Amino acid sequence: MATLVQAVRLALHYGETHLGVTDIFGEDVGPPLGGVFTATQGLKTAWNSPLDERGIIGMAMGIAYAGGRPVAEFQFCDYSFNTIDLLKVAGNQRWAGAGHYKLPLVLMTPSGSGIRGSLYHSHSFESWASRLAGWKVVMPSTALDAYGLMLSAIADPNPVLVLLPKALLRVRGDQLIPGEPANPDKLKEMIDAPVGDRSSWQPHWPDVEPYFIPLGQAAVVREGQDATVVSYGRTLPLCVQAADELKRQSGLRFQVLDLRSIFPYDWKAISESVRQTGRVLIVNEDTEVTNFGEHLLRRVIDEHFYELLVRPRVLLGRHVPGIGLNQVYEQNTVPQLPSIRSAMEAVATEAA
Amino acid sequence: MPKDIAAAGTNGAALLSRPQVHTGREALPAERCLEIHRIMVRTRAMEERMIKMSKSGEGYFWIGGPGEEAFNVCLGLQVKKGSGPAFDFLHLHYRNSATLVAMGMELIDGLRQMAMTRTDPHSMGRNFAGHYARHEWNVVPISSVIEIQYVMAPGTAHVQKRLGGDSITIVTGGDAGTAEGDFASCLVWSSRPGKELPVLIIVTNNGWGISTAACSQHGEKFIIDRGHAFGIPGEVVDGNDPVASWHAIRRGMEYCRTERKPFLLEALVSRLYGHSSSSGSQRVAGEKDCIALFEERLLEAGVLDPGTRDRVHTEAAEEIEAAVERIVREPRPSSADVELHTYAPSSVDAVYPGDYTGLPGAKD
Repeated sequence: MATLVQAVRLALHYGETHLGVTDIFGEDVGPPLGGVFTATQGLKTAWNSPLDERGIIGMAMGIAYAGGRPVAEFQFCDYSFNTIDLLKVAGNQRWAGAGHYKLPLVLMTPSGSGIRGSLYHSHSFESWASRLAGWKVVMPSTALDAYGLMLSAIADPNPVLVLLPKALLRVRGDQLIPGEPANPDKLKEMIDAPVGDRSSWQPHWPDVEPYFIPLGQAAVVREGQDATVVSYGRTLPLCVQAADELKRQSGLRFQVLDLRSIFPYDWKAISESVRQTGRVLIVNEDTEVTNFGEHLLRRVIDEHFYELLVRPRVLLGRHVPGIGLNQVYEQNTVPQLPSIRSAMEAVATEAA
Repeated sequence: MPKDIAAAGTNGAALLSRPQVHTGREALPAERCLEIHRIMVRTRAMEERMIKMSKSGEGYFWIGGPGEEAFNVCLGLQVKKGSGPAFDFLHLHYRNSATLVAMGMELIDGLRQMAMTRTDPHSMGRNFAGHYARHEWNVVPISSVIEIQYVMAPGTAHVQKRLGGDSITIVTGGDAGTAEGDFASCLVWSSRPGKELPVLIIVTNNGWGISTAACSQHGEKFIIDRGHAFGIPGEVVDGNDPVASWHAIRRGMEYCRTERKPFLLEALVSRLYGHSSSSGSQRVAGEKDCIALFEERLLEAGVLDPGTRDRVHTEAAEEIEAAVERIVREPRPSSADVELHTYAPSSVDAVYPGDYTGLPGAKD
C-alpha cells in the first residue's frame, strides 16, 4: 500500500506517461532530491527551478499558454502568499480574455500543520484559495484519493490547486492504487530513491492504472444518522477516529464526509446528509476568521435552517498570527483529537 | 549589396533604383515606409477616437499607446504570426494597439473593446481598452497587472525551445514597471546556464510612470544595462524612428531566433496623451510625435506627397466613423453573460462539466 506521497509520485508518473504532462518543476523537485517530501523522485519530466515562487507559477502559466501541461510545485503552501496576484490572473485570464485561452496547469503544494513547522511550514491555504475564481482546489486525505484527484487535476483543462496535507504524506493507505504491488516493501524498492548516492538510480514503475476521482465529489467515510461531520485534510482522519471511538463508547453514529474538493465542493452530499441528520459540525484547521468552513455553514443556514435540530457549528484553527514552534502552541492553536471528539459528541447529543 | 537592403527581403537591384528612407546607414524601402505610415496613422486615429469616447460617456476609461506607433508597428509587421508554439508568442501591455493593428487587427475590434460591446472579440466588454487577446495570433490576454507578462514569458519560450525551430517569445512593457520583481525574474529564468530561452525582452521607455519621472526612480542608466550581469545582450533604439526601430527589432529577433537566447531591446518612445483618461488624456506639448516626424522625412525623400498624406489621414478618419456607426448598433452584454468562460469544459468535474454556473448546487 502506497503512502500518500508515493501515491502522488505514482500519479505524476501516470500523468507524464499517459496524460500529456510535459513539465514537473519547482524548488528541489528534480534530481537528485526529487522533492523535499520525495514526491517527485524518478520522474522523467521533473526539473529544478530557481528559488522564485512568482517565477514558478509564471513559468507554469506560460507553459500552459503554449500548449504544454505543467505540474508546478510550491515547496510549502506558506510560500504562496507573494503569488496571490498571479494566482488570481491564472484563474481569471480565460474569463478576461473571453475564452480565447485555457490554462491546463496543476499547482501542488504541501499544506497544514503537524510537522512542527512553526511560522513557516504550518499554514493552511484552502480558505485563501477558495476565493480564487477560475481555479479548482482539491485536498486528498488518503493515498488512493491523492492518486485519483491528482489524475483528475492533470486531466482537467483549468488551473487546479492540489493541497497535500503534509502531516499525512507518510501515512500508508488502506486501499491499493490500481496496479501497485500489494507489498509496500516491494513498492519502496521499485520507486523510492536510495539514501546516499542515487546518481545511477532509475525507478521501476509499476503499471498503475487510470483512476479518476471527479472533482467536486465528496466521500462518505462513515455512515450514520446521529450527526453530520464535514472535514478534509489533516483533521479528517481525526474525525473518523473520534467517530469510531464515540460509536464504541456511546453508540453514536456519525456520518463523516471527506469533502476532498474545496472548489467545486460537493454541496449535494452535504445537503443530503444535513437533511437526514439535522445536526452538522464542520471541522478544518485553517484560522477561524473568514474560514472556508464558514462559507459551508452559511449555506447550511441559508438552505437548511428549518431542518436543523440544533445549531450548526464549526471547529477551526484559532485566529492568531502563527503556529508557534513549541508544541504547546501548536496543540492549542489547531483542532486536535480531544477537541474534535468533544465537539462531535456535543453536536450529536445536544437537546433539540 | 548593403546588408539592410538584403534584409528587406526584396530584389536588391530593383530596390536600389527606388527611393528609400535612411537613418544613418540603415534604410527601409519606400513601400515598407508607406505601409508603416498608413498603419501608424490608422492606429493613431483609433486611439484618438477612443480618447473622445472616454470623454463622451461612450466608454469609461482609456489607456493606450499614442506616441509609440513607430516602434510598435515595426514590431507587429515582423512577428512570425500564428497559433501554437511554432509561431511567436506575444506577452504585451496596454500600449500595444499599433502592434495588433500591424498584425492585422481591424480598428473596429479595438473600438468594440472601448465601447464594451458583447461583440468585443478580446474580452466581451469585460476588459479595459487595449487589453487584447487573440488565440489565433498567440497574443495572450493583456492584463493591467503591471509586469506579470515578464514572468510568464519564459514559459512560452521554454516550450518553443523544446520544440525546436525559430519561433520566439516577445514581451513588452514600460520602464516604470521594470522596478517590479517580475522583471528580474524574467532575466533570471531566461538566462539559466544551458537552458537559455529565446525571449525578446522589450521595454518601451517613455520616461514616466503615471506622474513619476523615470529619472527620479531609476539608478540604472539604461534598463538594458541590467542584462549585463546575466550575459544578455541588448540595444537602445530611438523608438520614434521607424527605420531605426525596424532594424533594431530585426536584429533582436534574429538573435533570439538563431541563438535561442534572450535579448533586451529598450525603445525610447513618447507619451503623447499622458498616462490615461484618469490623468486627463490631454495632448502633451514637448513630446516628439513619431507620425509628424516620419511624414516630414517621407515628404523630403519624395516617398510621400502631401495629397497622399492627407488621403491616408482622411481614409483613416472615415474608417473610424464607419466603425463607430456599426458599433452603436451592436449588442451589449446581458446579465446572462456574467459567468461565461470562467471554466473550460472538463470530463472530470462532477459539478461543472461545462462552464461555471454559480455556486455548487445553487438553485438559480
